[in-house]
Amino acid sequence: MPGNLSQDGYLSLDELRSAPGVPSHDRMRRGPVAVIECVQEIPCNPCEAACPHHAIRVGTPITNCPVLDPEKCTGCGLCVTQCPGLAIFVVDLSRSGETAAVTLPYEYLPLPEAGELVDVVDRSGEVVGRGRVLRAATTRATDRTAAVTVEVAREHGMNVRGIRREEVDGNGHDR
Amino acid sequence: MSVVDVLVVGAGPAGLAAGIEVAKRGGRVCVVDRNLEPGGQLVKQIHKFFGSREHHAGVRGVDIAAQLLEEARALGVTLRLGWEVFAIQPGHAVDIVQAVADDATGSAGDAPTERFDARSVVLAAGAEENALQFEGWTLAGVMGAGAAQTLINVWRVRPGKRVLMVGAGNVGLIVTYQLLQAGVTVAAIIEAAPRIGGYGVHAAKIRRAGVPILTSHTILRAEGVECVEGAVVAQVDGTWCPIEGTERRFDVDVICVAVGLHPNTRLASLAGCRLVFSPALGGWVPLHNAFLETTVPGIYVAGDAAGIEEASTALEEGRLAGIAAYERLRDVDAEGHAEIAAIQRRLDDLRGGPFCGGIRAAKSALQTTGETPCPAT
Repeated sequence: MPGNLSQDGYLSLDELRSAPGVPSHDRMRRGPVAVIECVQEIPCNPCEAACPHHAIRVGTPITNCPVLDPEKCTGCGLCVTQCPGLAIFVVDLSRSGETAAVTLPYEYLPLPEAGELVDVVDRSGEVVGRGRVLRAATTRATDRTAAVTVEVAREHGMNVRGIRREEVDGNGHDR
Repeated sequence: MSVVDVLVVGAGPAGLAAGIEVAKRGGRVCVVDRNLEPGGQLVKQIHKFFGSREHHAGVRGVDIAAQLLEEARALGVTLRLGWEVFAIQPGHAVDIVQAVADDATGSAGDAPTERFDARSVVLAAGAEENALQFEGWTLAGVMGAGAAQTLINVWRVRPGKRVLMVGAGNVGLIVTYQLLQAGVTVAAIIEAAPRIGGYGVHAAKIRRAGVPILTSHTILRAEGVECVEGAVVAQVDGTWCPIEGTERRFDVDVICVAVGLHPNTRLASLAGCRLVFSPALGGWVPLHNAFLETTVPGIYVAGDAAGIEEASTALEEGRLAGIAAYERLRDVDAEGHAEIAAIQRRLDDLRGGPFCGGIRAAKSALQTTGETPCPAT
């Protein structure tokens, strides 16, 4: 997966490594943590107010990129549905066995159900395997953006950023 | 003839914000819009907005429209929906005509007209989409991205089954995402520039949904007899010329054109406002000062009509124009000056960052021409 945000439309792993909102691999192994894939200086800060643990800082000017404090972050995922750019995920590499859990923002209907098996895709839209939906949650506060948590192969914890389902088209499937 | 302090043209974010500020100060204000539903482009923006809390960040555009409308109505702003301004006379007599009959039975010939005597006018009539000419561009199925967005989000009608999107600015990226949400397949986005113009997060959403973005590509032609049946694209070189042998055909029934917007300057032009050409602001734009007053005293501009930007800046400009347009009638007091300065600071913040650099410079360039009647103090 090469990738370059301004050319290919998604972040390369190199670009991700230097992003101030992306925690270390070690931190992910200790438990769920937010991964903020926001590296362009755009005027936006709802993530900062979304975090009850003050783990996300944008400050002034509002065009600053969000900075994550991985020690304060509990991986609660409240920021996932509040980011207007749908650019925040939660990755958990602390699970026993060979799996990782990835929580991603999802705005297609119908929502997946817990237990559903889905294709999981990377940032370029390539299917990298199958995953099992653990949760798909919306509340009034998430305003029609669901947080979907999917169990994937451990090595794809930092690759999987979407799910694809045959019955929901618009994801490149012809009806 | 009705007498108002301020007449506002356009009930989008800029126009509603202007109306709200005038009404807050006790002014008589009427907002005219040719659409039956107020909110301008906000009514079809189903995505959550960027920005800060004071700019409704995280709220979907359509819900921002509802909030603004509620506030405007509660403050006693008069709305004239389905009416269009067709003349602005010297001295700010504004003539309007009913463009859409309430019961949809009226014919254009006998449409009623009315005259407003306005002490100031705020032009907030938004923008228009740029067109792109190519072989087959008049075939049914070639449409502006804005039209496709209106179809899916306002009328709940899919424009077709498979779309080629032309343009990877924010409009092209956002409308692509919304087409996917509506269950339409987007075959690809093409972009003539070597880089994606819109925000990376918008691009990332549609890339992980499986839509390719082909930079340095242009459309050569639309194919089809009565309607679009396909599109042929090609890669371009550094001088924007198609490279032979790189042609590629997409089997699509819709071609969406998202190649930028330009300010709607028709009424400003009609009223005699001086226009200047500013590429960073989207083309011809009414020359205006820091109070958004044009070269015709008492006529103000706000929002996309004053230069193509975002809904958040349109809201702020609308507020500013509303205050300035009303306060000019009784000399701006210290409080008014402080509010205007606060809005100008917020606009400056919004125009920070690498995505907005050209706009800040272009806006201040307008103000150094020294031709405006009401120099900023």
